Amino acid sequence: MTRRFAIRAAIATLALGVLALAPAAYAADSVDPAADKAAFQKFFTGKFPKLKLEDFVNGPYSMNEDLHKQWEEKEQFPPYEFSLEAGKEMFSTPFKNGKTYADCFPNQGIGIRQNYPYFDEKEGKVVTLELALNRCREANGEAPFSYVKDDMAALTAYMAFTSRGKPMDIKIPNDPRALEAYQKGKEYFYTRRGQLNFSCATCHIQSPGERIRAEVLAPALGILNAMPIYRSEWSGMGTTSRRFTTCNSQIRGVPLNPQDDEYRDLEYYLSYVSNGLPISGPGARP
Amino acid sequence: MSTAIRAIFAASALLLAAATTALAASEADYKTAYAAAEAANKEAGLLRNQWTTTASTLSAAKKAGEAGDFDTAVAQAKEAEALAKASIFQATSEKERWKDMEVR
Repeated sequence: MTRRFAIRAAIATLALGVLALAPAAYAADSVDPAADKAAFQKFFTGKFPKLKLEDFVNGPYSMNEDLHKQWEEKEQFPPYEFSLEAGKEMFSTPFKNGKTYADCFPNQGIGIRQNYPYFDEKEGKVVTLELALNRCREANGEAPFSYVKDDMAALTAYMAFTSRGKPMDIKIPNDPRALEAYQKGKEYFYTRRGQLNFSCATCHIQSPGERIRAEVLAPALGILNAMPIYRSEWSGMGTTSRRFTTCNSQIRGVPLNPQDDEYRDLEYYLSYVSNGLPISGPGARP
Repeated sequence: MSTAIRAIFAASALLLAAATTALAASEADYKTAYAAAEAANKEAGLLRNQWTTTASTLSAAKKAGEAGDFDTAVAQAKEAEALAKASIFQATSEKERWKDMEVR
């Protein structure tokens, strides 16, 4: 009797243990973008309690007082201004067929940056602003631009400028493919790669505000809201694609092609968790 | 006595010569080592996780091989294979380990 009781007690304890562990394991594997976003933003506001939520979009300038002062001075004559002007002109110049970029976008392309990237349910994939711009060009018989700099940076600079101050507003439709894309983007963000064994999170979650060599690392929160950026290190403008590919090569990983699915998903994830923070692009960075 | 010493020296010299010949890498060794490294790097590519250092070490192996320096070529190819295998290990282990880093 005692032995039987002991066996029953052991089985009951085991069952309870399994039940107790099951929800935790499920939670780790379930996809809940809203909960992710809340946790992500709470992490940063907790880590930097003196910073206003909207200040995170200023990257390293929000983390370091000296840099912030330099930035304020820089903004008097911003280094991205030439690119912005060029982008404005390009945007309004008709293609050979007489159409313009405005014909490819909602609201004639003005004040819509905060809605990109979006999940295209027809295609079943994430569409970024850079991709949409090149698709617009190709649909109108023009050659696509390089995704990493110059013309693409100028166009996205202008489009970001028309959205300045508008809160990032990325939607994840109730579509398992959209959730999968979001989840893959998250996985990419946290996955260590390259010989240096760094993930995006190693620098931009674990170490924002810290220096890596001479640079102050930006927080992941709001990091894309400032895109495209003029970087002194690059001596020029760079797009989100440029940022992703150079991050990969800096950690000694072979970068993927700009606008490969992984980068599109990564942009989707990173933009979604920054929902609510204002668009500040084009930006300038050291 | 001196004859014995001479004999020992002669035998040592012969052994050394034989050992050096045995250790020197051939073009075939280089090609085998290079193919193994290239295959491992291709596998890393399928996992979307190649390292820039694998590519540069493979290039160094090729350059040495083309110059006929097969010892260096084999050493570089083996290094490249080790790097490629490390990148495969990283990609495989990160399939689950990335979750440890996640902000929740």
